[in-house]
Amino acid sequence: MIKVTGLTKDYGARRAINNVTFDAEQGEIVGFLGPNGAGKTTTMRILTGYMPPTEGEAIVAGYDVVSESLEVRRRVGYLPETVPLYTDMTVFDYLKFMADLRHLPNAEDRVDESIEMVGLTDRASGFIGNLSKGMRQRVGLAQALLHKPEVLILDEPTIGLDPGQVVDVRKLIREIGKERTVLLSTHILSEAQNICDRVLIINKGKIVTEDTPENLQARLVGAERVILRVRGEADDLAKTVSKVKGVESVEARADGAIEFEFAPGKDVRPEVAKIIINEGYDLLEMRPVGLSLEEIFLELTGSESRS
Amino acid sequence: MKNIWTIAKREYDHYFSSPVAYAVAFTILLVLGIIFALNIFYYAQNSFQSFGSAPDVSSITGAFVFMLVLSVPALTMRLVSDENRMGTLELMLTAPVRDAEFIIGKWLGGFLFLFTLIAITLIYPIILNNLVSPGIDQRVMLSAYLGVILISASFLALGVGISAVFSNQIAAFFVTMSTFVFLWWLVGFPAGILPSGGEIFQYLDMKTHFYDSLNVGVINLSDIVYFISLIALGLFTGTTSVEIRRWR
Ligand SMILES: Nc1ncnc2c1ncn2[C@@H]1O[C@H](COP(=O)(O)OP(=O)(O)OP(=O)(O)O)[C@@H](O)[C@H]1O
Ligand SMILES: [Mg+2]
Repeated sequence: MIKVTGLTKDYGARRAINNVTFDAEQGEIVGFLGPNGAGKTTTMRILTGYMPPTEGEAIVAGYDVVSESLEVRRRVGYLPETVPLYTDMTVFDYLKFMADLRHLPNAEDRVDESIEMVGLTDRASGFIGNLSKGMRQRVGLAQALLHKPEVLILDEPTIGLDPGQVVDVRKLIREIGKERTVLLSTHILSEAQNICDRVLIINKGKIVTEDTPENLQARLVGAERVILRVRGEADDLAKTVSKVKGVESVEARADGAIEFEFAPGKDVRPEVAKIIINEGYDLLEMRPVGLSLEEIFLELTGSESRS
Repeated sequence: MKNIWTIAKREYDHYFSSPVAYAVAFTILLVLGIIFALNIFYYAQNSFQSFGSAPDVSSITGAFVFMLVLSVPALTMRLVSDENRMGTLELMLTAPVRDAEFIIGKWLGGFLFLFTLIAITLIYPIILNNLVSPGIDQRVMLSAYLGVILISASFLALGVGISAVFSNQIAAFFVTMSTFVFLWWLVGFPAGILPSGGEIFQYLDMKTHFYDSLNVGVINLSDIVYFISLIALGLFTGTTSVEIRRWR
């Protein structure tokens, strides 16, 4: 559905993306993850036919984004990062206008359906200029969904939404992603983890790595880490746990709990549990704290991402 | 083709919520109304002394085109530059719309708005026709109005083209205005001064294609070609500059 080979884009002397290669299948939700200025928006703009690449090729929905741009644009739904909208129009009129540009046969019905999908039915006749940022975001999303596109490209779709809406929109994206191809960009790692089948990490215009969120985590975490908490004072707890065979390192935390690690696949938690109960501790909590995607992300993109 | 219409319609509707468009419409209709009233007054005075010919529309259409030089830049300045500023150009350029359809739609929207204004001013010749006894010269009226329509279409095309070049609407306004002033007043100058080769400047001079021919009832093919060339030039400039934007 999306096939990108050696995509490069220069803005004057600045290289925004460099030899980007990836693909996305039908029914797949691919997350584009990267720090500011990584080249996510640039890549998406090329895929949606907004601008041609300096080098490389991109096939979207079976058509070349440069030589068959109109065919691509017919089949792609796009939510640009800045969520551009005609603020002087009502939600309905705006969506009707965009639907007409796509020559949708049952335009009004499609508009109503899209408005309902993003939960804006009660604001349909209101002016876009009077909507809040999150509501505008949803209008932009409705626009991208109007023609039931084969490929959906969403540049930071949940930014500016309230928590309830974030949940709804993610659910909507997951629903759409069952049959169609979705490429979305985000800085929010839990979002990528939450909705994406596959994550591409991009930094400074280059794809650093790509994998499923689970594999990414597994691949980068050398050992499994567990946090353990018992009731009351537990000065000897760390010592007790370290006696268990297979426990690789034990660390006492400032809040009285301890963290220990063991090699992946050699789960020692049952042994640890047994021994501390035998020692007479009251076990309150024992849970894995695997490296978060945040940490993986920072590791992969290096310290530059924080500067 | 359908896209051109869809875009034109949105643009046309937009004018009816735009204070600039109302200001332009009000000024044009007011000034033309005053000129019309003066005309009638003048005619009434002279007819008692029974000299002078029946008034025709050329004074109204003549003033109309002059007003277009001043007001079209205000109508076209935001057409494309504003889309660029608001970011909606990204929306248009990623919708299944050809760049030329987008530009022609913008132009057509502006044209339909001006055409509405032109249609409203038709009440002046109609009143005039009923006031004077043999009626006004219909041929002059039709050709003069054809002239107004052609000039409107040309100015709008140039304005849309210039609006697409600039991302700032104020810049677009001044460049558009300068272009009109140049075509209307300046470009003809060398024709009178140069010993030879002045014909080209003569041909480029817009007012000669109107005042000396269409506005007095003469329809020349060369005048029509002149205006159609300007329309094509403006629309081509607009389309090309949108394409260039993509490649930057
Ligand atoms: N129109 C432009 N002209 C010049 N440089 C640009 C332009 N757009 C983007 N860039 C540059 O290209 C690089 C990539 O930008 P891009 O917008 O693709 O990043 P991004 O990954 O979307 O970042 P963010 O997370 O902040 O949205 C940046 O260095 C940026 O400065
Ligand atoms: Mg971006």
